[in-house]
Amino acid sequence: MALDIDIVKRLPGFTLRVRLKAEDEIVGLLGASGSGKSMTLKCIAGIETPDEGVILLNGRALFDSDRKINLPPRRRRTGFLFQSAALFPNMTVEQNIQCVLKDKTREEKRRITQDVLSRLGLSGLELRYPSELSGGQRQRAALARILVTQPDIIMLDEPFSALDSYLRWQLEQELSSVLRDFGGTSLFVSHNRDEAYRLCDTLAVLSSGEIAAAGDKWAIFNDPQSYAACLLTGCKNITPAHQAGDFTVSAADWGVTLRTEAKAAAPVRYVGIRAHDVVFTDSLALPNTFPFELVEEMRDTFSYIFMLRLSPHAAPLRVEISREQYQALKKLPQYVQLPPGKLLLLTRD
Amino acid sequence: MDYSPLLISLRTACVATVFSVALGLTAANYTVRLGKVLKGLVDGILTLPIILPPTVCGYFLLLFFGVNGPAGRLAQAWFNERIVFSWYAPIIASTVVAFPLFYRTMRGAFEEFDKTLIHSGQTLGLSNAFMFWRVILPNCRPSLVAGTVLAFARALGEFGATIMLAGNIPGKTTTISIAVYSAMAAGDTALANRWVLIDLAISFAAMLVMNFAGGGLRRRKSGLSH
Repeated sequence: MALDIDIVKRLPGFTLRVRLKAEDEIVGLLGASGSGKSMTLKCIAGIETPDEGVILLNGRALFDSDRKINLPPRRRRTGFLFQSAALFPNMTVEQNIQCVLKDKTREEKRRITQDVLSRLGLSGLELRYPSELSGGQRQRAALARILVTQPDIIMLDEPFSALDSYLRWQLEQELSSVLRDFGGTSLFVSHNRDEAYRLCDTLAVLSSGEIAAAGDKWAIFNDPQSYAACLLTGCKNITPAHQAGDFTVSAADWGVTLRTEAKAAAPVRYVGIRAHDVVFTDSLALPNTFPFELVEEMRDTFSYIFMLRLSPHAAPLRVEISREQYQALKKLPQYVQLPPGKLLLLTRD
Repeated sequence: MDYSPLLISLRTACVATVFSVALGLTAANYTVRLGKVLKGLVDGILTLPIILPPTVCGYFLLLFFGVNGPAGRLAQAWFNERIVFSWYAPIIASTVVAFPLFYRTMRGAFEEFDKTLIHSGQTLGLSNAFMFWRVILPNCRPSLVAGTVLAFARALGEFGATIMLAGNIPGKTTTISIAVYSAMAAGDTALANRWVLIDLAISFAAMLVMNFAGGGLRRRKSGLSH
């Protein structure tokens, strides 16, 4: 087990209770702002101290409240990439990297610096100050500085949040290959679903201080089980619901009763459906087919978005279809179907 | 004209500035880590000398360093020295009065210092000493320069506490500010004018140094914003 944490920290407003195990893989920590993602990273790095619990990294105790172990940050060997990159502004790129190399000859320092800079595509920028770099270059220089310390874990705290979207994509690809090469555990904090799904192997969803879901990213996507996980995996349509029968749930906000494919293990509390999974149809033959009232139609860059009401005064449902599908439609069909197999049955907050 | 007040003033101001910087850095680095209540208390005590009238400050100094004061007795017993009216008494008085200006400036800079830089240094395995000397201080250079010049200016202009502790002994404790007062008291306007001009020149030079040295870091300082 590469990383094994089980900590409790009381914060104003909520209590952080994180229990998480991770192998040598890239783990995405997904959560809304204020859900405790950054605080979790800070506890692992030793910048913040949990009230109780255990943090093990490759079998080494970084923190253990029972055994009174609390290693200072400088002895934890945890690489931390901050949102702001946190390069020292008074040092050049080269100095920033060389200052963390201790017990090395001048020649070794030079060679290591050249190696890591060329690996991250920063050759030629050795003598620049951080203020003379672009946002992406700053993040890469900060990552280079972390890599040369040979950490046991790399933690990334929303490293793209300060970048323009076209830079994000480029940095994301570079980051992905660097983290694969690194080979140890990486913890990647994000509130962007797409980013996390592209970069990470497994996911942990954090909601008001607790892990709402953890495990294989596609398993979570297909069956989020909790309201928080459903929302954070990007589901646009979620309504409070209650179990009407073994295979039926009543969806409060939409004003309809829905057939489900499977019987939920616990009483259903919310029902969700992704905007792409709703189907337009002219036939009433299939289950969960309803007439609708069109509230609004919008054209997005590559898709069309419809806001529909399934019953008067109900909350509108968001439906998205691709441009091709839209162009294939001669006129808007009369009904929509919510396929039972696509309904996300949520039994927890 | 006797130029000894100029030398005494410069000597006093320079040595008092060195002491203020050393003590101020230590104190500021220490107080930023304290809890709220203790910080307020320590801060209040260290800042007192700039709030009290200098003569009141001098009065307390006399109580402490005078022949019957705790420090005065020790100096007498151990070194057979009398601190009051000695050549270094102006340095003590100026340090006590100038130190808070440097301390306050640095404490403000340390408090506003980007904690992320400190955290990143810690996770990279850098020592506290490295972070202090090589990261925090260089990035606080504008405040460092401003605080030093403020302390120097205050030490140079010191009058009240100095005259209480060191008196007005020509060639020994008479600084420029005391020389101006003495000249005026004796009705020698010409001499007072000369000292006033010299004082103006030194103060102006100090302001120039502050403006040039403090502005030099602007290009590199902006490295944190995105």
